[in-house]
Amino acid sequence: MNARSAKLIEGTTGPWEIVIGLEVHAQVLSQSKLFSGAATEFGAEPNTQVSFVDAAMPGMLPVINEYCVEQAVRTGLGLRAKINKVSVFDRKNYFYPDLPAGYQISQYKNPIVGEGEVLIDLQGGETVRVGIERLHLEQDAGKSLHDQHPDHSLVDLNRAGVALMEIVTRPDMRSSEEAAAFLRKLRAIVRYLGTCDGNMDEGSMRADVNVSVRKPGAGLGTRCEIKNVNSMRFIAQAVEYEARRQVDLLESGGTIRQETRLFDARAGETRSMRSKEEAHDYRYFPDPDLLPLELEQAFIDRIAASLPELPDDKKARFIKDYGIPVYDAGVLVAERELADYYEAMARGADAKLAVNWLNNEILGRLNRDGLSIVDCPVSADANNAILAMMADGTISGKIAKDVLDIVWSDGGDPREVVERRGLRQVTDTGAIEAAINAVIAANPQKVEEAMAKPKLIGWFVGQVMKETGGKANPQVVNDMLKTRLGIADGG
Amino acid sequence: MSLPADPTRFTLADARDAVKAKRISSTELTKTFIKAIADARPLNAFITETPEHALKMAEASDALIAKGDARPLEGLPLAIKDLFCTKGVRTTAGSRILSNFIPPYESTVTQNLWDAGAVMLGKVNMDEFAMGSSNETSYFKPVINPWRAKNSNQALVPGGSSGGSAAATSAFLCLGATATDTGGSIRQPAAVTGTVGIKPTYGRCSRWGTVAFASSLDQAGPITRTVRDAAIMLRHMASVDPKDSTSVDVPVPDYEATLEGGVKGMRIGIPKEYRIDGAPPEIEALWQKGAEWLKAAGAELVDISLPHTKYALPVYYIVAPAEASSNLARYDGVRYGHRAAGVKDIVDLYEKSRAEGFGAEVRRRILIGTYVLSAGYYDAFYARAQKLRTLILRDFTEAFKKCDAILTPATPCAAFAMGEKTADPVTMYLNDVFTVTANLAGLPGISVPAGLTADGLPLGLQVIGKAFDEATVLKVGRSMEQAANFTATPSTWWRV
Repeated sequence: MNARSAKLIEGTTGPWEIVIGLEVHAQVLSQSKLFSGAATEFGAEPNTQVSFVDAAMPGMLPVINEYCVEQAVRTGLGLRAKINKVSVFDRKNYFYPDLPAGYQISQYKNPIVGEGEVLIDLQGGETVRVGIERLHLEQDAGKSLHDQHPDHSLVDLNRAGVALMEIVTRPDMRSSEEAAAFLRKLRAIVRYLGTCDGNMDEGSMRADVNVSVRKPGAGLGTRCEIKNVNSMRFIAQAVEYEARRQVDLLESGGTIRQETRLFDARAGETRSMRSKEEAHDYRYFPDPDLLPLELEQAFIDRIAASLPELPDDKKARFIKDYGIPVYDAGVLVAERELADYYEAMARGADAKLAVNWLNNEILGRLNRDGLSIVDCPVSADANNAILAMMADGTISGKIAKDVLDIVWSDGGDPREVVERRGLRQVTDTGAIEAAINAVIAANPQKVEEAMAKPKLIGWFVGQVMKETGGKANPQVVNDMLKTRLGIADGG
Repeated sequence: MSLPADPTRFTLADARDAVKAKRISSTELTKTFIKAIADARPLNAFITETPEHALKMAEASDALIAKGDARPLEGLPLAIKDLFCTKGVRTTAGSRILSNFIPPYESTVTQNLWDAGAVMLGKVNMDEFAMGSSNETSYFKPVINPWRAKNSNQALVPGGSSGGSAAATSAFLCLGATATDTGGSIRQPAAVTGTVGIKPTYGRCSRWGTVAFASSLDQAGPITRTVRDAAIMLRHMASVDPKDSTSVDVPVPDYEATLEGGVKGMRIGIPKEYRIDGAPPEIEALWQKGAEWLKAAGAELVDISLPHTKYALPVYYIVAPAEASSNLARYDGVRYGHRAAGVKDIVDLYEKSRAEGFGAEVRRRILIGTYVLSAGYYDAFYARAQKLRTLILRDFTEAFKKCDAILTPATPCAAFAMGEKTADPVTMYLNDVFTVTANLAGLPGISVPAGLTADGLPLGLQVIGKAFDEATVLKVGRSMEQAANFTATPSTWWRV
């Protein structure tokens, strides 16, 4: 790990290295909750998706949702992790109004998924391995609302009991960029797998960040856990702030206390929440309402067989099969939808041309309109048609962009647009000849100049193109003009 | 069969046959019990009487009987321990904290009984959250044992925690009652009220909708006046339930059909560790007598050893409070149940609601449970207790290689006086010494009335069987019942 060019912090006593580990809470994509049949849909009216189990009514019992187990296993396989055939659900006991039972059902000593790894690509082309320590299943809590009533706090239990995967990394990241790159990669993986929508705005993916600093080569320093970091941008900010705070503290003779800190996005700083001594005693013990979770090999095999192609494999294939540059391949596979879109539009086309078309034309327009690839108004098939027309000379590159603009704003089939609007490239030499004749006749002075200075042929090409409404094949125009003006090839 | 003059004296089996044969209507039978319950209020067996509810159910049963569509328990009036959630009928668990709680759902066990045609007379009293051996911890005041010692008017306890179930059955206020057993809460009250109580194998009855005390130990079962009645009722309480992950999918047999099979050729284990110092000689003598009855009926007596028995009570008093401390965390005054008034913040709300809502014994066990699960104590208490629990189970597994069922005393003493053991919780806890092992091992156990003390108070003997072998337990119990010929009933002193 140390071989790579880690980003160091310069202090008064020399450089410091940042060490980062993450605990990511990823909401499982499932119709119903981890231990009840209540729905999980985001944004419903408060307390409309609450079963008797979720509300911890007397005598209610949890029953494991098999699909959530499947999703956790699928995620574990996507993280190239060990799947534990026996795992145990424990109770984590604490009092809070949004935790109806007074305990959260989680997995403490025996998680469903063990060690795995995620590879992240850094901008300089370096690949870094981030170790996954474990993944376990647990229930989400409800939501306390403190701003709805002058002297009451309200509770919304819609989220209570929704399945979360807590994914814990090894302290393998060395900069906020690496932490962000890890999260982006993890997000891509779970979205490819369909196990989490990765939506940080809606809280379906949240991260607690463990930060410590050390002199390069020294042992691990004391870490602080930063809670509640809920966007990529905030993770960078929180890490930068916290690392600097620790360096300043250490260099002024202080010591780091192991503690939980809260990130204040408005102030851009972290603040002490509670020290290790003030930490809760959660009194974990195995939940007697649930038997140990035992998985059969066939169950795991069936999930493994149904895994989609994951980003790393897809990227390798794009590079190998399409000859796409490494960087472009990385961009393409970051979003499964983008990669799928690319593959659909590039079918039968020149791969590199397709990448450029996607990067320059499609992504540029999406960016301009504030849209994502799934909202793209022009389908991959339509682009495939445009690329094909360009390739066989039906339209020129310039006309292709015009066709894209037309289809972008008005919809329709690009081939029909070309036909209906007469945009088909003119290769008929008679028609071009006529245009050349007209241009030469109107500009005798220029003809003489061009014969002396062959470079001026470009001006003639432009005039002929104008005369033909841009539909003439520029190469044909060029060749015919040369002949007419008696300019040798290469002139 | 002749009709008893007083229909409350029917056994459940006889009432079933009489109702089915239309010799008595369910409504008639139910009205007689409603009257008996009203007359027996000094016993304080019921927390909530539901006469209108009962009559409506009885009428529906009579309609089905008229159509010839009678179900197995059609029209038979039962009492329900107030730990089973009953839809639309207050369910308190004997606690102030649930004193206003009306469940919007029905427990699986009671639903099974209603589906079989039974009629609910009301909700019977119990120790608060089933924590107690005398019914004195109920927020709704203690239940009085229908039995009194010879020449004495002193009020005795009916045992616990299913004291209301035992008293109501013993005093002929119902044909039988549901009960629950976490450390002896069915068998001990049955023993001290001259009734039959069976705790089936853990997983036999669904725990769904039953207020939890200690989830790994809690099991529902019936308290009845005869072994046959217990066999009938258990069959219609038990079921595999997809809503309870710990319920087990083993077919529920027709226990009644095999009841009279006898014990000929059976090997009955007599565990030496169940002879305890300081137990009254009457207990030991009765145990011996029980063994002789079974031998006379053709069983072979086998000396067995359950070497870890001495750890059972300490293990129980770690495991049960640990689970309870977590199970009872949901009673926080936020969503339902008692909420303290005039609180200043959420912590104050929790503290006051729980302090006011829970009685002293429940608070004690929450504190013990919280302590044994705490960081730094977990390994010394909870983890060790779980290891010992495994050893206790292994004792039984070994023993059952040598025998088919085990005979033990049910309790270390007969019914005791109110207030006699409340001062010292450890003395109270000793009541469970013979019963708690079956809970820790998850095994079925029955208590059958076997005799009277010199003072004329009932005593029971316990039969413990292999997992899911309630049929043998009931068979042995039936054989003992026949030999004991226990016909004594309490005088009806409570009718003024």
